[in-house]
Amino acid sequence: MKSAIAALLCGIIFGLGLTISEMVNPARVIGFLDVAGEWDLTLMLVMGSALIVTVVGFPLITRKAHPLLAEKFSLPTKTELDMPLISGAVLFGIGWGLAGLCPGPALAGLASLEPGVFLFVAAMIAGQFIGLRLERVLA
Amino acid sequence: MIEPNVAGGVIGGALIGISSVLMLLLLGRITGIAGILTGVITWNKADGLSWRAAFVIGLVLGAVLYQIFVGPLPMDMQAGTPVLIIAGLLVGMGTRLGSGCTSGHGVCGIARRSPRSFASTATFMLVAVATVFVTRHLLS
Repeated sequence: MKSAIAALLCGIIFGLGLTISEMVNPARVIGFLDVAGEWDLTLMLVMGSALIVTVVGFPLITRKAHPLLAEKFSLPTKTELDMPLISGAVLFGIGWGLAGLCPGPALAGLASLEPGVFLFVAAMIAGQFIGLRLERVLA
Repeated sequence: MIEPNVAGGVIGGALIGISSVLMLLLLGRITGIAGILTGVITWNKADGLSWRAAFVIGLVLGAVLYQIFVGPLPMDMQAGTPVLIIAGLLVGMGTRLGSGCTSGHGVCGIARRSPRSFASTATFMLVAVATVFVTRHLLS
Protein backbone atom coordinates (compact mmCIF):
# COMPACT_ATOMS: atom_id res chain seq x y z
CA MET A 1 0.00 0.00 0.00
CA LYS A 2 2.80 2.42 0.95
CA SER A 3 4.58 1.72 -2.33
CA ALA A 4 1.39 2.33 -4.32
CA ILE A 5 0.90 5.72 -2.63
CA ALA A 6 4.56 6.59 -3.26
CA ALA A 7 4.19 5.60 -6.93
CA LEU A 8 0.98 7.64 -7.23
CA LEU A 9 2.77 10.74 -5.92
CA CYS A 10 5.77 10.12 -8.20
CA GLY A 11 3.37 9.71 -11.13
CA ILE A 12 1.72 13.04 -10.30
CA ILE A 13 5.13 14.77 -10.15
CA PHE A 14 6.11 13.15 -13.46
CA GLY A 15 2.79 14.18 -15.06
CA LEU A 16 3.25 17.78 -13.86
CA GLY A 17 6.78 17.72 -15.27
CA LEU A 18 5.56 16.57 -18.69
CA THR A 19 2.82 19.22 -18.81
CA ILE A 20 4.78 22.17 -17.36
CA SER A 21 7.60 21.43 -19.82
CA GLU A 22 5.01 21.14 -22.66
CA MET A 23 6.41 17.73 -23.60
CA VAL A 24 2.80 16.54 -23.89
CA ASN A 25 2.61 18.78 -26.94
CA PRO A 26 3.56 16.85 -30.10
CA ALA A 27 4.36 20.20 -31.79
CA ARG A 28 7.15 20.84 -29.24
CA VAL A 29 8.58 17.35 -29.76
CA ILE A 30 8.46 17.48 -33.58
CA GLY A 31 9.89 20.99 -33.34
CA PHE A 32 12.95 19.59 -31.56
CA LEU A 33 13.33 16.67 -33.96
CA ASP A 34 13.00 18.96 -37.00
CA VAL A 35 16.62 20.09 -37.08
CA ALA A 36 16.30 21.27 -40.69
CA GLY A 37 13.22 23.37 -39.91
CA GLU A 38 12.49 25.97 -37.24
CA TRP A 39 14.34 24.16 -34.49
CA ASP A 40 12.82 24.19 -30.97
CA LEU A 41 15.33 23.31 -28.26
CA THR A 42 12.80 22.93 -25.40
CA LEU A 43 13.08 19.10 -25.37
CA MET A 44 16.84 19.40 -24.94
CA LEU A 45 16.35 21.68 -21.90
CA VAL A 46 13.86 19.19 -20.43
CA MET A 47 16.13 16.20 -20.88
CA GLY A 48 19.19 18.13 -19.72
CA SER A 49 17.42 19.34 -16.60
CA ALA A 50 16.05 15.87 -15.80
CA LEU A 51 19.48 14.31 -16.37
CA ILE A 52 21.23 16.75 -14.02
CA VAL A 53 18.90 15.54 -11.26
CA THR A 54 19.19 11.81 -12.04
CA VAL A 55 22.93 11.80 -12.78
CA VAL A 56 23.59 13.39 -9.37
CA GLY A 57 20.85 11.55 -7.48
CA PHE A 58 21.09 7.95 -8.74
CA PRO A 59 24.64 7.13 -7.53
CA LEU A 60 23.85 8.55 -4.08
CA ILE A 61 20.83 6.23 -3.81
CA THR A 62 22.26 2.99 -5.21
CA ARG A 63 25.02 3.23 -2.58
CA LYS A 64 22.36 2.45 0.03
CA ALA A 65 21.76 -1.17 1.05
CA HIS A 66 18.10 -1.10 -0.03
CA PRO A 67 15.36 1.34 -1.06
CA LEU A 68 13.18 2.84 1.70
CA LEU A 69 9.99 0.92 0.86
CA ALA A 70 11.35 -2.28 -0.70
CA GLU A 71 13.75 -5.05 0.25
CA LYS A 72 16.04 -4.57 -2.72
CA PHE A 73 16.73 -2.51 -5.83
CA SER A 74 15.18 -3.94 -9.02
CA LEU A 75 17.50 -2.69 -11.72
CA PRO A 76 18.12 -3.97 -15.26
CA THR A 77 21.21 -6.19 -15.37
CA LYS A 78 21.74 -6.66 -19.12
CA THR A 79 24.75 -4.89 -20.60
CA GLU A 80 25.18 -6.35 -24.11
CA LEU A 81 23.96 -4.49 -27.17
CA ASP A 82 21.76 -6.91 -29.11
CA MET A 83 19.48 -6.82 -32.12
CA PRO A 84 16.16 -6.50 -30.24
CA LEU A 85 17.53 -3.43 -28.42
CA ILE A 86 18.61 -1.65 -31.58
CA SER A 87 15.73 -2.73 -33.84
CA GLY A 88 13.30 -1.77 -31.06
CA ALA A 89 14.90 1.68 -30.79
CA VAL A 90 14.62 2.08 -34.58
CA LEU A 91 10.89 1.21 -34.58
CA PHE A 92 10.28 3.48 -31.59
CA GLY A 93 12.22 6.32 -33.26
CA ILE A 94 10.08 6.08 -36.42
CA GLY A 95 6.84 6.12 -34.41
CA TRP A 96 8.04 8.98 -32.21
CA GLY A 97 9.03 11.02 -35.27
CA LEU A 98 5.71 10.34 -37.04
CA ALA A 99 3.41 11.40 -34.18
CA GLY A 100 5.61 13.40 -31.80
CA LEU A 101 4.33 11.23 -28.95
CA CYS A 102 6.18 8.78 -26.72
CA PRO A 103 4.66 6.67 -23.90
CA GLY A 104 4.81 9.21 -21.01
CA PRO A 105 3.34 12.23 -22.81
CA ALA A 106 0.76 10.01 -24.56
CA LEU A 107 -0.56 8.66 -21.23
CA ALA A 108 -0.47 12.07 -19.50
CA GLY A 109 -2.06 13.59 -22.61
CA LEU A 110 -5.17 11.43 -22.11
CA ALA A 111 -6.19 14.09 -19.58
CA SER A 112 -6.82 16.46 -22.50
CA LEU A 113 -9.58 14.10 -23.77
CA GLU A 114 -8.17 14.68 -27.28
CA PRO A 115 -9.46 11.73 -29.40
CA GLY A 116 -6.18 11.41 -31.31
CA VAL A 117 -4.29 10.69 -28.08
CA PHE A 118 -6.74 7.91 -27.15
CA LEU A 119 -6.25 6.41 -30.60
CA PHE A 120 -2.46 6.58 -30.23
CA VAL A 121 -2.54 5.00 -26.75
CA ALA A 122 -4.83 2.17 -27.95
CA ALA A 123 -2.44 1.47 -30.85
CA MET A 124 0.56 1.67 -28.49
CA ILE A 125 -0.99 -0.93 -26.17
CA ALA A 126 -1.72 -3.18 -29.16
CA GLY A 127 1.88 -2.63 -30.29
CA GLN A 128 3.21 -3.69 -26.89
CA PHE A 129 1.21 -6.93 -27.07
CA ILE A 130 2.64 -7.57 -30.56
CA GLY A 131 6.10 -6.80 -29.15
CA LEU A 132 5.60 -9.29 -26.29
CA ARG A 133 4.59 -11.96 -28.82
CA LEU A 134 7.65 -11.17 -30.96
CA GLU A 135 9.92 -11.38 -27.90
CA ARG A 136 8.65 -14.90 -27.23
CA VAL A 137 9.21 -15.93 -30.85
CA LEU A 138 12.73 -14.46 -30.92
CA ALA A 139 13.73 -15.92 -27.55
CA MET B 1 14.11 29.02 -34.53
CA ILE B 2 10.92 28.59 -32.49
CA GLU B 3 10.95 30.40 -29.15
CA PRO B 4 11.81 27.68 -26.59
CA ASN B 5 9.87 27.35 -23.34
CA VAL B 6 12.96 27.86 -21.16
CA ALA B 7 11.37 28.16 -17.71
CA GLY B 8 8.81 25.41 -18.34
CA GLY B 9 11.45 23.15 -19.84
CA VAL B 10 13.92 23.53 -16.99
CA ILE B 11 11.32 23.28 -14.19
CA GLY B 12 9.37 20.46 -15.89
CA GLY B 13 12.57 18.56 -16.62
CA ALA B 14 13.67 18.89 -13.00
CA LEU B 15 10.28 17.50 -11.86
CA ILE B 16 10.74 14.49 -14.19
CA GLY B 17 14.21 13.97 -12.69
CA ILE B 18 12.91 14.33 -9.12
CA SER B 19 10.13 11.81 -9.80
CA SER B 20 12.68 9.30 -11.16
CA VAL B 21 15.02 9.84 -8.19
CA LEU B 22 12.15 9.35 -5.72
CA MET B 23 11.05 6.14 -7.46
CA LEU B 24 14.57 4.75 -7.11
CA LEU B 25 14.91 5.93 -3.51
CA LEU B 26 11.51 4.66 -2.35
CA LEU B 27 10.75 1.63 -4.54
CA GLY B 28 14.16 0.82 -5.99
CA ARG B 29 12.65 0.95 -9.47
CA ILE B 30 13.55 2.56 -12.78
CA THR B 31 10.93 5.06 -13.98
CA GLY B 32 10.44 3.69 -17.47
CA ILE B 33 6.94 4.53 -18.63
CA ALA B 34 6.89 1.93 -21.42
CA GLY B 35 7.84 -0.85 -18.99
CA ILE B 36 5.40 0.37 -16.36
CA LEU B 37 2.64 0.32 -19.01
CA THR B 38 3.55 -3.27 -20.01
CA GLY B 39 3.17 -4.38 -16.38
CA VAL B 40 -0.29 -2.82 -16.24
CA ILE B 41 -1.67 -4.09 -19.56
CA THR B 42 -0.46 -7.65 -18.91
CA TRP B 43 -2.08 -7.43 -15.46
CA ASN B 44 1.03 -8.95 -13.90
CA LYS B 45 -0.12 -9.37 -10.29
CA ALA B 46 2.96 -11.39 -9.34
CA ASP B 47 5.31 -8.47 -9.92
CA GLY B 48 4.11 -5.10 -8.69
CA LEU B 49 0.84 -4.42 -10.49
CA SER B 50 -0.36 -2.00 -7.80
CA TRP B 51 2.57 0.45 -7.87
CA ARG B 52 2.64 0.41 -11.68
CA ALA B 53 -1.10 1.08 -11.95
CA ALA B 54 -0.79 3.80 -9.26
CA PHE B 55 2.02 5.47 -11.21
CA VAL B 56 -0.01 5.54 -14.45
CA ILE B 57 -3.03 6.97 -12.61
CA GLY B 58 -0.72 9.58 -11.06
CA LEU B 59 0.67 10.48 -14.48
CA VAL B 60 -2.80 11.28 -15.79
CA LEU B 61 -3.74 12.97 -12.50
CA GLY B 62 -0.70 15.27 -12.79
CA ALA B 63 -1.97 16.41 -16.18
CA VAL B 64 -5.49 16.86 -14.74
CA LEU B 65 -4.04 19.05 -11.95
CA TYR B 66 -2.23 21.11 -14.58
CA GLN B 67 -5.55 21.70 -16.33
CA ILE B 68 -7.24 22.72 -13.08
CA PHE B 69 -4.54 25.08 -11.81
CA VAL B 70 -2.68 26.28 -14.90
CA GLY B 71 -4.84 25.97 -17.99
CA PRO B 72 -5.72 23.75 -20.94
CA LEU B 73 -3.08 21.21 -21.94
CA PRO B 74 -0.95 22.54 -24.78
CA MET B 75 -1.56 19.86 -27.40
CA ASP B 76 -1.30 20.46 -31.11
CA MET B 77 -1.65 17.07 -32.78
CA GLN B 78 0.80 16.63 -35.63
CA ALA B 79 -0.70 13.63 -37.39
CA GLY B 80 -4.04 12.35 -38.67
CA THR B 81 -5.81 9.12 -37.76
CA PRO B 82 -3.93 6.59 -39.96
CA VAL B 83 -0.51 7.98 -39.00
CA LEU B 84 -1.41 8.06 -35.29
CA ILE B 85 -2.38 4.38 -35.44
CA ILE B 86 0.80 3.35 -37.27
CA ALA B 87 2.95 5.51 -34.97
CA GLY B 88 1.27 4.08 -31.86
CA LEU B 89 1.85 0.51 -33.05
CA LEU B 90 5.52 1.28 -33.78
CA VAL B 91 6.04 3.00 -30.41
CA GLY B 92 4.42 0.07 -28.58
CA MET B 93 6.37 -2.62 -30.46
CA GLY B 94 9.62 -0.68 -30.39
CA THR B 95 9.57 0.11 -26.68
CA ARG B 96 8.81 -3.55 -25.90
CA LEU B 97 11.55 -5.02 -28.12
CA GLY B 98 13.98 -2.25 -27.19
CA SER B 99 13.21 -2.52 -23.46
CA GLY B 100 12.45 1.13 -22.94
CA CYS B 101 11.64 4.62 -24.12
CA THR B 102 12.65 8.23 -23.54
CA SER B 103 12.21 7.95 -19.76
CA GLY B 104 13.63 4.50 -19.03
CA HIS B 105 16.62 4.70 -21.39
CA GLY B 106 16.91 8.44 -21.98
CA VAL B 107 16.59 9.79 -18.44
CA CYS B 108 17.21 6.85 -16.07
CA GLY B 109 19.48 4.56 -18.09
CA ILE B 110 21.92 7.30 -19.02
CA ALA B 111 22.14 8.30 -15.33
CA ARG B 112 23.04 4.66 -14.59
CA ARG B 113 25.69 4.83 -17.35
CA SER B 114 24.06 1.80 -18.99
CA PRO B 115 25.69 1.09 -22.38
CA ARG B 116 22.36 -0.29 -23.64
CA SER B 117 20.62 2.97 -22.76
CA PHE B 118 23.28 5.11 -24.47
CA ALA B 119 22.94 2.96 -27.62
CA SER B 120 19.13 3.00 -27.49
CA THR B 121 18.84 6.75 -26.88
CA ALA B 122 21.32 7.61 -29.66
CA THR B 123 19.47 5.27 -32.03
CA PHE B 124 15.91 6.44 -31.41
CA MET B 125 16.97 10.12 -31.43
CA LEU B 126 18.76 9.80 -34.78
CA VAL B 127 15.96 7.72 -36.32
CA ALA B 128 13.30 10.17 -35.10
CA VAL B 129 15.25 13.13 -36.53
CA ALA B 130 15.61 11.26 -39.84
CA THR B 131 11.88 10.40 -39.82
CA VAL B 132 10.90 14.03 -39.31
CA PHE B 133 13.34 15.10 -42.04
CA VAL B 134 11.70 12.66 -44.47
CA THR B 135 8.10 13.55 -43.58
CA ARG B 136 8.57 17.31 -43.23
CA HIS B 137 11.12 18.08 -45.92
CA LEU B 138 11.41 15.27 -48.48
CA LEU B 139 7.74 14.24 -48.74
CA SER B 140 6.03 17.61 -48.23
